[in-house]
Amino acid sequence: MTPRPTGADVAASPRGAAGAADRPDRSAAPARPSGGGRRRSSSRLSARTRTRLEIAFFTGPALVLLGLFIVVPVLQAVRYSVFDWNGLGPLDDFVGLDNYARALGDTVFTGAVVNNFVIIALSIAIQLPLGLAIALLLNRDIRGRGFLRVVIFMPYVLAEVVAGVVWVLLLQPNGLVDAVVEGVGLGGLTQLWLGDPDIALGTVMVVLTWKYLGLAVILFLAGLQGVPEDVYEAAQLDGASWWQVQRRVTIPLLGPTIRTWGFLSMIGSLQLFDMVWILTGGGPANSTVTMAIYLINQGTERGLYGYASAVAVLLFVISLVLAVLYQTFVLRRDNEVAPKPRRAAR
Amino acid sequence: MSAPTTTPAPGRPVPLQPEPRRRGRRRSFGGGGPLVYAVAALVVVVTVAPVAYAFLGGFRSNAQLAADPVGLPSPWVVDNYVAVLTSASFWRYTLNSTLVALITTVVVSVLGVMAAYPLARYRFKGREALALVFTLGLLFPLTVAIIPLFLLVRDLQLTNTVWGVALPQAAFALPLTVVILRPFLAALPKELEEAAAIDGASRIGFFWRVLLPLSGPGLVTVGVLAFVASWNAYLLPLLVLSDPASQTLPLGVASFSTQYAQDTAGVLAFTSLAMIPALVFFLAMQRRIVNGLQGAVKG
Repeated sequence: MTPRPTGADVAASPRGAAGAADRPDRSAAPARPSGGGRRRSSSRLSARTRTRLEIAFFTGPALVLLGLFIVVPVLQAVRYSVFDWNGLGPLDDFVGLDNYARALGDTVFTGAVVNNFVIIALSIAIQLPLGLAIALLLNRDIRGRGFLRVVIFMPYVLAEVVAGVVWVLLLQPNGLVDAVVEGVGLGGLTQLWLGDPDIALGTVMVVLTWKYLGLAVILFLAGLQGVPEDVYEAAQLDGASWWQVQRRVTIPLLGPTIRTWGFLSMIGSLQLFDMVWILTGGGPANSTVTMAIYLINQGTERGLYGYASAVAVLLFVISLVLAVLYQTFVLRRDNEVAPKPRRAAR
Repeated sequence: MSAPTTTPAPGRPVPLQPEPRRRGRRRSFGGGGPLVYAVAALVVVVTVAPVAYAFLGGFRSNAQLAADPVGLPSPWVVDNYVAVLTSASFWRYTLNSTLVALITTVVVSVLGVMAAYPLARYRFKGREALALVFTLGLLFPLTVAIIPLFLLVRDLQLTNTVWGVALPQAAFALPLTVVILRPFLAALPKELEEAAAIDGASRIGFFWRVLLPLSGPGLVTVGVLAFVASWNAYLLPLLVLSDPASQTLPLGVASFSTQYAQDTAGVLAFTSLAMIPALVFFLAMQRRIVNGLQGAVKG
């Protein structure tokens, strides 16, 4: 079922398992001195070796899967990126950094990078205030709060493709969106929402907001639950209004949650593919193309595997640089970077 | 929710304790005035409208939809839904999606909890380095590796098979799973191990008989996240599953909507039915999903 471990792990895992199986339970005090065992199995394996085998047995399969499907492909992407290669035949047309130079010189790719950055900025600029407002609203003691919470989170759980197909139909000429726009007396403003290069990206942003706002709300609500009750009581005693409390107390206390959400939102925006692929396919006239869409267009659609790999590496480098900058300048105050499990001091 | 759901949470793992959240305690400040309810109603309408439109539109005919995009079905037409429900392809897509999602979930959960166990409860040199391998895995999204991954799946002859999608998806879901499970396992009381050792259980016996049953809540959380991500995934299946017989529901929805672009009502019915499993699963599991996402992010 799972791929068999290779190399050292192959040797380690079955023996680790067998060692456990043929060892009667009683013999297994963890810190047994190596020479002390009378049974053959334990005298052959010192406690340290056995621990090693157990570790290999437990982590081996996961590491193999990780190596096979993440590490190898990522390294391969780097390798392919310096070749001109159509995915078939030998990898022999070494072109050095030409693919990178070509990508950086292609206005469609640079346009895609710009689009990704616009999407990052607009996602945060739109979803942060909206999400905050809705979270603060839901944090009040209103009726049907649980229901509201479920409803607002629902779009996030739907498949991008499913949501995208519905939105394409909503946005088509004479669809629901047009009907609503006309219904509120703005009939003159109906557009080719997804067909006009000047507004298609804006339309995509609206759909993205609909799809992902729920995540912001849910995360902010979680953060709000961490704000201690007595803070509110104290502020109330001091005669602060609801809005004053939110602005001076709640929102600042929500800082770490907001910054973490910003990170997730940024990374998600950089990878954006599904929704845009369904809504516009990157068009019209490349006005909504993202890096991931460009990558797939060049790779599997046109068979330029070497070139597409260079684009993938560029996408990764851009993501990594942004992630590191974000960690350094935004998340630093939250002590977020520790890889060790650490209880957050709140 | 492919990409962003599985989006790496930044590297601060958080124990997913069953939350002892005090509910409804914010009674002190701000109830609901009419304005608050009006805003809430607006938010609900905007959120629900597209989904409701799809469900209701599926009950209308194309002539009705053309005549008035906003109206309710009159008369109600069930033909669209019947046509989808009696088509073999819809059920094949659903079956494929289910298989892929189940295999992904099982592989991720089993390998994830196994890997998290020594990282959480053994003491050994290089433990943090090993844990870092998984944390760093968060930095590599599937999109970056998609081209070589597609070629690798092809070389392994897994194209058009459920394994060709499930195994890579499981691999990319593993880092988050380990990052979530490790502190969860570490938070279980130390005395458990001592008691098990006194009773003569080996550490592997302890894993099977004590730790695994106790890690149920954490496993459900990571399992649900992996299942939903797999159910909604599009990019990898798009490349790996070219044969319609092996395609999953998102691919089915996409190809149905292009193939029958003129049949708006039919597309709406197909799309609505494709939403139902996800919606039902979400409603059943929403607390888990929400807790999982919140746990992965906040402290």
